Amino acid sequence: MSHLDSEIKNLKSEMLEMFTLVRSQLEKSKVSLIQLDKDLAREVLVNEKRVNGFELKLDRDCENIIALFNPVAIDLRFVLACLKINSNLERIGDIAEGICQFVLNIKLEPEKSLLETSRLVEMFDTSIIILQEVMEAFDKEDTKLARSVFKKDEILDEINLNANQAVSDFIRANTERINQSLYLLSTIRKLERVGDQCKNIAEEIIFYIEAKVLKHKTQAQKQAE
Amino acid sequence: MSKKLIAKNVNVFYDQTHVIKNVSLEIDANSVAAFIGPSGCGKSTFLRLYNRMNDLIEGFRKEGDVLLDGKDIYRNDMRVEDLRKKVGMVFQKPNPFPKSIYENVIYGLRIRGVNNKNLLDETVERALRQSALWDEVKDNLKKSALALSGGQQQRLCIARAIATEPSVVLMDEPASALDPISSAKIEELIYELKSQYTIIIVTHNMQQAGRVSDTTAFFYLGELVEFDTTKKIFMNPSDTRTQDYITGRFG
Repeated sequence: MSHLDSEIKNLKSEMLEMFTLVRSQLEKSKVSLIQLDKDLAREVLVNEKRVNGFELKLDRDCENIIALFNPVAIDLRFVLACLKINSNLERIGDIAEGICQFVLNIKLEPEKSLLETSRLVEMFDTSIIILQEVMEAFDKEDTKLARSVFKKDEILDEINLNANQAVSDFIRANTERINQSLYLLSTIRKLERVGDQCKNIAEEIIFYIEAKVLKHKTQAQKQAE
Repeated sequence: MSKKLIAKNVNVFYDQTHVIKNVSLEIDANSVAAFIGPSGCGKSTFLRLYNRMNDLIEGFRKEGDVLLDGKDIYRNDMRVEDLRKKVGMVFQKPNPFPKSIYENVIYGLRIRGVNNKNLLDETVERALRQSALWDEVKDNLKKSALALSGGQQQRLCIARAIATEPSVVLMDEPASALDPISSAKIEELIYELKSQYTIIIVTHNMQQAGRVSDTTAFFYLGELVEFDTTKKIFMNPSDTRTQDYITGRFG
């Protein structure tokens, strides 16, 4: 194995670690919110510093490979994709942190009926699955799996779209829970952003493997390419 | 952009050895083309076809056409001296003549019988300025060219090649024997010169090919595997052999 190959292999395995760390943050943010587990929320806030540190390290590794090895073609596309995926992952980490900040601010466990009507749990689960799938697509260089994410992201968009109605109906009937309801609505917005970040990651995976640029294309155009 | 050099179905043999295999290639005027490929792939042989430097090699035989400005440079009435006025060449190792800087630059004009002092002076200044060497040697034009540094000698060779106002300059690994500073100067020079000349450069340095050229041709075992814009070759080559070569995973 050439020196560059081993650097790239190393970068890939560190990227997978970052994926795993961020996925765990998102999973913990779900449990901490639904069960109002404030200790777990604090754990996520502490781990967010690790996510930030990891992001800086991965950036530095990418810069070093570019400066020292002058990668070209698929190697260059891989390093460029890693730089962008890294930044997308860090943002997902921020979102998990933001959700846990809410957990520390609310007093009552989220109302079961609101969780049901707003489909928040389904949204959490879908975004975690999507993140898991882009991680697998990255690991196995599977662009078919990466493309499947575009379709799944539509579920998040749909839940987000319908959430306003569900939350406003709930607030009308439960005026004492306005604050908590607004936090939940905000969480739904954040999870919708997780879907967008995962879509960006999927686009970067396709760029690195197939050298195709899918950014700013419609769903139909993406499926056609 | 007009096509300066056109090769059509070119085959080259050295005795029975088939060294260039049915290569067709068109190079735009005022562009820089880089030829890359492993040693022995035929890129230098192909480069030398453009100024008929292979003609004297024993056993050399060519099939197909090589056209400069639409005209066959291997036609019977083409004089090699006239061709080389139009197609200059710079080699890997600087090869100044053991003469003064001034005489080196005007060597091509001298052998064509040009003796007009004003014309010669003007040519020396123009060629040395274009080669980014003028400021360093203008006060020492009578000094021996052999006293210059390696990088200066190579720029002098470029000045000598462009003094006869060719339209094409061939460069066979022009910076491979130079330190990074001199090498960077040659690369800058290539960039400057392409507004007036069509340049073909053979190089083993992938980054150099990426930096200086508009188009890149990858040769392997006498075949032209891929010819495309340099951006395409270095970002997303079509052929896996090209990708393997430029990413250093060959063989």
